[in-house]
Amino acid sequence: MAASVSDAPEAPRAQARGALQGTGGAGTTAGPRAAGPKRLAPEDARNAAREVRRRRLRAFLFVAPLLVFIMFAFVAPIATMLMRSAYNPTVADLVPASLEAIEAWDGEGRPSDDVLTQFAVDLKRLANDRTSGQLAEEINRYLPGTSSVVKSTARGLRRVDDDTLATSGATLLLEANDAWSEPGIWRALRNAGQVYTASYYLTALDLEFARDGSIQQRDTQIYLKLYGKTLWMALIITLLTLILGYPLAFHMAHSSTSRANFLMVFVLLPFWTSLLVRTTSWIALLQTNGVVNSTLIALGLTRDPLELLYTQFSTIIAMTHILLPFMVLPLYSVMRGIDPSYMRAAMSMGSRPIPAFLRIYLPMSLPGLSAGALLVFIISVGYYITPALVGGTDGQMISNIIAFHMQQSNNWELAAALGSLLLLLIVALYWLYDRFIGAGNIKLG
Amino acid sequence: MRGFPEYFTIWHVAGHYALRIVAYLVLAFLIVPILVIIPLSFNAEPFFTFTSGMLALDPDAYSLRWYEEIITDQKWTLAIRNSFVIGIAAAILATVLGTVAAVGLASPWMPFKRMITALLLSPMIVPLIIIAAGMFFFYTGFGLVATYAGLIIAHAALGVPFVIITVTATLAGFDRTLFSAGVSLGGSPVRVFWDIVIPLIRPGVISGGLFAFVTSFDEVVLVLFLAGPQQRTIPRQMFSGLREQINPTILAVATLLVVLSVALLVTLEFLRRRSERLRGSP
Amino acid sequence: MKIHSLALAGALALGAQGATAQDLTVTSFGGAYGAAQKEHMIDPYVAETGTNILFEDYGGGVAEMKAQSESGNIQWDVVDIEVIDLERACSEGYVAVIDHSILPPGDDGTPASEDFIPEALHECGVGNIVWSIIFAHADDAYPEGGPETIADFFDTEAFPGKRGLRKRPQVNMEWALMADGVAPEDVYEALATEEGQQRAFAKLDTIKDDIVWYDSWSQAPVLLNDGGAQMVQSANGRIFAAIQDEGAPFSMVWDSHVYDLDVWAVMEGTDKEDTALDFIKFATRTVPLSGMQDVAYGPTRKSAQALLPEDVKQDLPTAHLDEGLKADGIFWADFGESLGEKFNEWLLQ
Repeated sequence: MAASVSDAPEAPRAQARGALQGTGGAGTTAGPRAAGPKRLAPEDARNAAREVRRRRLRAFLFVAPLLVFIMFAFVAPIATMLMRSAYNPTVADLVPASLEAIEAWDGEGRPSDDVLTQFAVDLKRLANDRTSGQLAEEINRYLPGTSSVVKSTARGLRRVDDDTLATSGATLLLEANDAWSEPGIWRALRNAGQVYTASYYLTALDLEFARDGSIQQRDTQIYLKLYGKTLWMALIITLLTLILGYPLAFHMAHSSTSRANFLMVFVLLPFWTSLLVRTTSWIALLQTNGVVNSTLIALGLTRDPLELLYTQFSTIIAMTHILLPFMVLPLYSVMRGIDPSYMRAAMSMGSRPIPAFLRIYLPMSLPGLSAGALLVFIISVGYYITPALVGGTDGQMISNIIAFHMQQSNNWELAAALGSLLLLLIVALYWLYDRFIGAGNIKLG
Repeated sequence: MRGFPEYFTIWHVAGHYALRIVAYLVLAFLIVPILVIIPLSFNAEPFFTFTSGMLALDPDAYSLRWYEEIITDQKWTLAIRNSFVIGIAAAILATVLGTVAAVGLASPWMPFKRMITALLLSPMIVPLIIIAAGMFFFYTGFGLVATYAGLIIAHAALGVPFVIITVTATLAGFDRTLFSAGVSLGGSPVRVFWDIVIPLIRPGVISGGLFAFVTSFDEVVLVLFLAGPQQRTIPRQMFSGLREQINPTILAVATLLVVLSVALLVTLEFLRRRSERLRGSP
Repeated sequence: MKIHSLALAGALALGAQGATAQDLTVTSFGGAYGAAQKEHMIDPYVAETGTNILFEDYGGGVAEMKAQSESGNIQWDVVDIEVIDLERACSEGYVAVIDHSILPPGDDGTPASEDFIPEALHECGVGNIVWSIIFAHADDAYPEGGPETIADFFDTEAFPGKRGLRKRPQVNMEWALMADGVAPEDVYEALATEEGQQRAFAKLDTIKDDIVWYDSWSQAPVLLNDGGAQMVQSANGRIFAAIQDEGAPFSMVWDSHVYDLDVWAVMEGTDKEDTALDFIKFATRTVPLSGMQDVAYGPTRKSAQALLPEDVKQDLPTAHLDEGLKADGIFWADFGESLGEKFNEWLLQ
């Protein structure tokens, strides 16, 4: 095969063949085997080992280009995200001198005048560079309402000349705003200045650092609830795909090959149809004036249109529709291989169909079932598009809030922390999947 | 009852037919939503539902105006071009890298096979939002955001697992003695590889390439984060349209995409049959 | 025949799209507003200077500007920003400082510094419209008399039906407090406190089950149209356009409207700064500004306001300023993120 495309001409063919045929092969040179196991001569053993190494290297070289590509295109981005969730050097880069000065502060009252003066100098510099807003935003994250304080103070300091600032910077700062005489804003500055911090992870878990450094619950509790909701919805979707997919796969597996292939087309067509097309279909169906509502009203089943779209219901049903092929395909694949004579034997021996099914068929279909279920579950947990388009507020999943922090609230670090936790969850699930099913066993029709 | 075994009772038969009905209902559930938008795309009114005129099959209630929109609106023509350019480029990149790697992975000598396979397949499992955020952070440093190159690389990374799976599958059934036979008959290893291995893995390569193309063609989350206004693709345009102005042009695009899917499906089925024939599997 | 010509046109269109190097990227909010800008500002500029313009849409907020800035890959050249966001964008250096002395005088000769209304000349932007967030309802929704005040919006007993609101805390919080009896001049002071915020959320809770959330202004008139909501919060121009151009049977309520300015700004770091400024100078002249009356947005130059017919003036926010509240950009720069979080939390409950 390809790995051994060009056999090294110098190695004796016989020895190479010996190495190929596995360890402790059938002797070295041609000729009748002596009785009992024969050890390889040291030189032959070395050659064989070298041959093995060469073949390994050759195989690896085939994979190397892709490995390098994936490292750059995929692994490095994920690593960057992980890093971004705990690493934020913005403030440390903006005001290093102030941070160094404030280290000695005990956290009560306000820092010494030296610190204030140093900070005033830094702030003026930022104002002139037009980066004071960045500092303001970071501080604001730890103490909401202070960004305007920082910005207006910076604006005011812009016109002060350097000498005055060096001598009476502290006074000027205190005059600019009362907030500078309170500890709150200085604590926020110090916290914001930490380059490596776990605070984003804490936020992602609805926790925060208390004043004394211990961990406590945050006032706002969003994320744990959202993780829970996401897992719950993923579970329901998995169950639904199972309930719908099992009978279908069963029927297809018990049909003739040509009939099964024909039916397979109807399973594969949605699978191959663009995700957005399928989502669009559900919007068209579930809208207030959409097909479903119009039909229900026309049939007289309801007077006012039902609110079907932009709910948890629409997310679940649309995702069930989209992920159903992922359940049917592995199930079918496994069921196809189940020998029907088992069931026949059981029934001909008098067993009722339902117990026979539960005792015999179901366990045999379990590999396909668990493969499909884990696959659907893992995909559901991380889904973004469908909840974003049809979920409204109620049907949001964790990916949507990650996107929110990336695109709307600008808190990239929090988005990265949330994403890292999600990744951890997925990796755990994937490990389960690989452990019990084997990732290489995915059959794609 | 015809065709049923002796021991089937009336309950068996009832159950059998009930199962059939359920199976067909599920199939309907799968297909109907997709088919429903096709007639809707010909709606003369800018609504997402069947007007009374349409139900009465009044020819005036139908029109091709949304299809005209696709051709006349610069946004859509740009999107169509981008989707194909990026999709084809990403598919080629993924196929080349993936096929070569699959050949290496199929060798029994491959070290760390399980771990490397898991790594190479992981883009399929990691949620797209995470990949998108990470790529945004990382590609930014290389100036790859809002460029064609960045998107092509990103989509190729997504498509590679599919190529590996399909090519590995064709190689799995590959009978190694064929190779030795070819060599022993006097062919050089390269020639044998070319004449015997390549034709056999070709269906796997092509279907993997198609998977990679479709993955890129249909992908929207990465495009949301990595594309600039010039690189908007069809799904990206549809996403905006669904959020901002719900307009049946989207339905027209959707219908065209469905037609494309059908064509793909047919191609794949053809390839699968051919591959089975060539390898003589039952 | 039709199909053949369509196919041919399609092939030609696809083929003819060569790699066009756009000379200037201008980003705004799309919809009827964007269309009016295109008609009165972009197309005349293109006709006069021959510059090629790529007119983009976005949904507001500073995130995309931040992304471009951080990556060093500046995609946009000119951006239309709400003052709420301009505060942040300017202080964080995403948009460039503009020297107002370059602005031409009004058509009546008044120098720019006097012709523009004061809030329109911001450090980083040149105002182009005064616009307002109002709420609207269908004419026939309340035959016994429609809603008149913001308190009516929050009263689902007297005025049953769904309410359409933009999914963000801005404006919703202000409306909640004003509906609860807080005087407009005290609103932002109250919202800066914990109690004020709780009070606003409590008021929003009274209608929470009836709220239909949407993401972009374009969806507001659509919601009213297809019956998704009986009262919708909207940018006044969108509803006005629906009434004027599509004959939609809507009525606007001006009580407690929240008005603000939109400005043209230049992205910091763009290599087309000169062309960008050139465009802004052109687009904020008297005549183009007066064209924004098409979407019932008040022009920011007095000379432009003078050009408007009397009956049109009534539909503009500038005629209703005393009924409304000016949006406070500094407040939202301070509390946008934290209130955004609390809002998200409240949504999930």
